[in-house]
Amino acid sequence: MRRIRWGWLAVAAVPTFFIGYFFVYPLARILVLGLSELSIGASGLEARLLRVGWFTLWQAVVSTILTFVVAAPLTWAVSSYRFKGRRLAMAMATVPFVLPTVVVGTAFVALGWRDSIGAILAAHVFFNVAVVVRTVSTLWSRIDPRLHEAARVLGGSEWEVFKSITLPLLRPALAAAASIVFLFTFTSFGVVLILGGFRYATLEVEIYRQAVTLFDLPLAATLAIVQLLGVSAALYAYSRYQERTAVAWTLERGTNLKRPRGRTRFVVAAAVVGTLGALAVPLTVLVGRSLGQNAYRSLLTDDRVVGTPISSVWNSLAFALGATVLATLIGIMAAAVITGRSGSLSRWFDLTLMLPLGTSAVTIGFGFIIALDWPVDLRATTWLVPIAHALVAVPFVVRSTVPTLRSVPAATREAAAVLGASPFRVWREIDLPIVSRAALVGAGFAFVISLGEFGATSFVARPGLATIPTMIFRLLTRPGATSFGMAMALSVVLALITAAVVMAMDRARIGELGAF
Amino acid sequence: MLSVERLDVVIDSKPILENVSLEVGDGEVVAVLGPSGSGKSTLLRAIAGLVEPATGEIRWDGRNIASVPTHKRRFGLMFQGYALFPHMTVAGNVGFGLKMAGKDSIAREVEEALSAVGLERFGPRQIESLSGGEQQRVALARTLAPKPDLVMLDEPLGALDRNLRRTLVADTRKVLEERDVTAIVVTHDRDEAVALSDRLAVMREGTIVQTGRLDEILAAPVDDWVAGFLS
Repeated sequence: MRRIRWGWLAVAAVPTFFIGYFFVYPLARILVLGLSELSIGASGLEARLLRVGWFTLWQAVVSTILTFVVAAPLTWAVSSYRFKGRRLAMAMATVPFVLPTVVVGTAFVALGWRDSIGAILAAHVFFNVAVVVRTVSTLWSRIDPRLHEAARVLGGSEWEVFKSITLPLLRPALAAAASIVFLFTFTSFGVVLILGGFRYATLEVEIYRQAVTLFDLPLAATLAIVQLLGVSAALYAYSRYQERTAVAWTLERGTNLKRPRGRTRFVVAAAVVGTLGALAVPLTVLVGRSLGQNAYRSLLTDDRVVGTPISSVWNSLAFALGATVLATLIGIMAAAVITGRSGSLSRWFDLTLMLPLGTSAVTIGFGFIIALDWPVDLRATTWLVPIAHALVAVPFVVRSTVPTLRSVPAATREAAAVLGASPFRVWREIDLPIVSRAALVGAGFAFVISLGEFGATSFVARPGLATIPTMIFRLLTRPGATSFGMAMALSVVLALITAAVVMAMDRARIGELGAF
Repeated sequence: MLSVERLDVVIDSKPILENVSLEVGDGEVVAVLGPSGSGKSTLLRAIAGLVEPATGEIRWDGRNIASVPTHKRRFGLMFQGYALFPHMTVAGNVGFGLKMAGKDSIAREVEEALSAVGLERFGPRQIESLSGGEQQRVALARTLAPKPDLVMLDEPLGALDRNLRRTLVADTRKVLEERDVTAIVVTHDRDEAVALSDRLAVMREGTIVQTGRLDEILAAPVDDWVAGFLS
């Protein structure tokens, strides 16, 4: 008979409760509420769903296509050639991706591109170029260069070889990048809320408007269901495509990059400088415009909102600290459970923990306000903000710790056990030291995610305790040039704090910047 | 006829080939024989136009081909490790050169090329399902199918085990002779070089040190190293 491991069950109970009560249960409440609304069949509901759903879909498709077009020259350059500053160019292209969406939105407002579909598409491209460059170049730079040469010798021109050899071999990376960009833009919230004005709303923005502004909770729930269906359909299509196109082929271990020669040198330089130059424009304008009108001083003194704008920085740092501790503890427990046992139970556990990743932050925040009044009303507690952030961050902690834990050979643990260590001592003496470094990466992710989180926060943050992103949004929507200047200044502050954390992570060599 | 004249190749400011001269007559098979790292593969890549020579000339029938891009040279190169296209079938690989040349009888010529290497009906197979020996034959068929003016084989049997090599050396020689091709075979194996070629060119540290038939070279080696390497 198999011994029941009470310790394992106790450790498993914490993440199970966390995900169950703060994620699965609110989602169930959304489903019940939304489906009841659908069954009533309110007038004009279908037309409305169709209109918002259609806009969400087409802007995501167009954003994805445009992102690939813009990313293509830089991707080609860093995948094919070795040149001075190649790594720096990759890092610089990644900057927009690590910026909070509210900062991206504000930067495009600073450009004067408000209330237009063009601004939304441009901001989406700006944010997602790094996804395409990094995902595709990782594969492209490792394709055996002899395949390309073989095709050339067989009489293919550069273009024919690209079309019939390189492009088909890149298909898995192209599909992965396309689905990531599609999901990000399909569930885009902050950028669309800031740049779309009243005319353009994605499902995310419409959920927020219906729930927070118009207080039509059943309609918001119905929209959330449509959103979940859309995301699930995209994920399903991607996994089917992956299965169908799986080609077994060997990659080179290292990258095989040539030095550019002759005319190519200028084309490579133009691709790199042109792309990075274009990406630098919104941020440069944001910083430049934030410097006027004493905006930074006003951050400290302006009191027309509840608390000065600068108070949101302390709130955000406190929330981020709480979220990081919470996400790291729960993430490590979950990772211990996942790796502590093999079999279907731990696989199922692993999958459940990943669910918040596929769900939009707005849905999570919305779920909190409709569901967390039972068994006790938690909706007014300050803790909801770090809990929501931790929920978004836990999958990242789990993803960064599980591979490390799996790499510990079973014999190491068995040896410790034979030497007299209890299961808990084994974990503390063997696993914990090994996992702590990886957990630090996860903690860094959690901190950055919490600082920039806007979707869930906009539902659960109390007016008196604004985070930096919600404060920026409040300043942006308030009339007056001073408010606008302060929004830009606060965006720069948020960007700098985020950059400092990311650089500290990178300096400690504890994580790849683009490990999404 | 191919003639390489005083060729120098420099890669990342390291000289790889120095003052290499070599002639291959029509219908002749020359083996470039030398230890690994002596620059044999680079010589083939320079002839194919995959690396640019620093100085020297490569001529085909007397005409300098420096300005002819790789895909218009009508040369064939069988890569070390074969470099078969993993996302195409056997027929897709063998037919690639024919497709690039704009032929309209691709299916028939693919079948011909495959039967020449003893792989009839292998057309629809996936590359990953092939054994090492079968991959070698597909690579050979792919190189020969477009009927290139010059065939270059880079360590054609390098990755295979001893027994397989013995049978494939004979088969490869037969295929080359039947088609009466002009060819350069690169190898580090003396017996393989002798079995596949009419004439040897011994290469050492980026330079061709001696050319001739094995018996000629052994009768009058230019130095002790050549004598030692070939004995």
